[in-house]
Amino acid sequence: MTTAAAVANGRSPTAACIVLGAAVGVFGVAFGVGAVSAGATVAMTCAMSLLVFTGASQFSAVSVIAGGGSATSAIAGASLLAARNAVYGLTMSRRLRGPLILRMAAAQLTIDESTAMATSQTDDASMTKAFWLTGLSVYVFWNLGTLAGALIGTAIDPARFGLDAAFPAGFVAMVAPHLSHPTGRRAGLIGAGVCLATIPVLPVGLPILCASVGILVGVRRP
Amino acid sequence: MTWALVFTLAAIAYGFKVLGLVLIGGRDLPAVVERCLGLVPAALISALVVNDTLSAAGELVLDARVVGVGVAAFAAWRRAPFVAVIVIAAAVTAVVRAFGLAP
Repeated sequence: MTTAAAVANGRSPTAACIVLGAAVGVFGVAFGVGAVSAGATVAMTCAMSLLVFTGASQFSAVSVIAGGGSATSAIAGASLLAARNAVYGLTMSRRLRGPLILRMAAAQLTIDESTAMATSQTDDASMTKAFWLTGLSVYVFWNLGTLAGALIGTAIDPARFGLDAAFPAGFVAMVAPHLSHPTGRRAGLIGAGVCLATIPVLPVGLPILCASVGILVGVRRP
Repeated sequence: MTWALVFTLAAIAYGFKVLGLVLIGGRDLPAVVERCLGLVPAALISALVVNDTLSAAGELVLDARVVGVGVAAFAAWRRAPFVAVIVIAAAVTAVVRAFGLAP
């Protein structure tokens, strides 16, 4: 993005990347509180954010465990969500060149936010810059937020502050851009419908897996 | 929640990231596979919204979360920032509970 375009936008791309990271940090607090309430220790909660580092999968695993689901269904659901990072990696691999060690590090930062920020740039140099800046900023804030949430998590009743609604609301904010086109809306509607219909009859966690039949609307050519 | 779960998830999550960026990066997948994979977030995250708003311990439940998430969804549709959507959901849910309007 040119300087003129950045000024016209009211903020520089650098600032946008950092602000996005800080915003995700708030969500990290909600994750920390949720994970500790689901029975994770502070150390496990922080290790999850440091090592797994992909928000939707972490939330999904925690919500399955919190609902009484098995570790297998928690891992299965979280893995399906993590699979999309492979698609983001494919997208970014066309721009992120360099030594293997650098690409192995970039892999850990390949998530929704860094890919979205990078792909919204117009030239290769600002794309690479946006990827690293957003990835690192989200990594730092997400982990600081998780630590803060895990520390206060046991001291408060999450339901009293409506924090149990923060989880699904975070998902709403995450899914919104994916529903901006008709195919995405159809996949979302099928996923939501299948989940709703199977909640009363299947063990916790499985309805999320069944919802993946929604991706089959992609079989037909757009 | 166990350490085994944390490490298994970490290995799987990093595996997918490396798979896309380093191992098959640059190569092309069949178009139909790419189209379907691109719809994973739409289908699965929508299901997570339903699951976390309308269920508890494997049962369908209607409680204060529905109001909070409903208002938050409206805010997201009106393009409210990420943080605002989350804060609105928590605040509305907390207020509904504080006034005893719903459990």
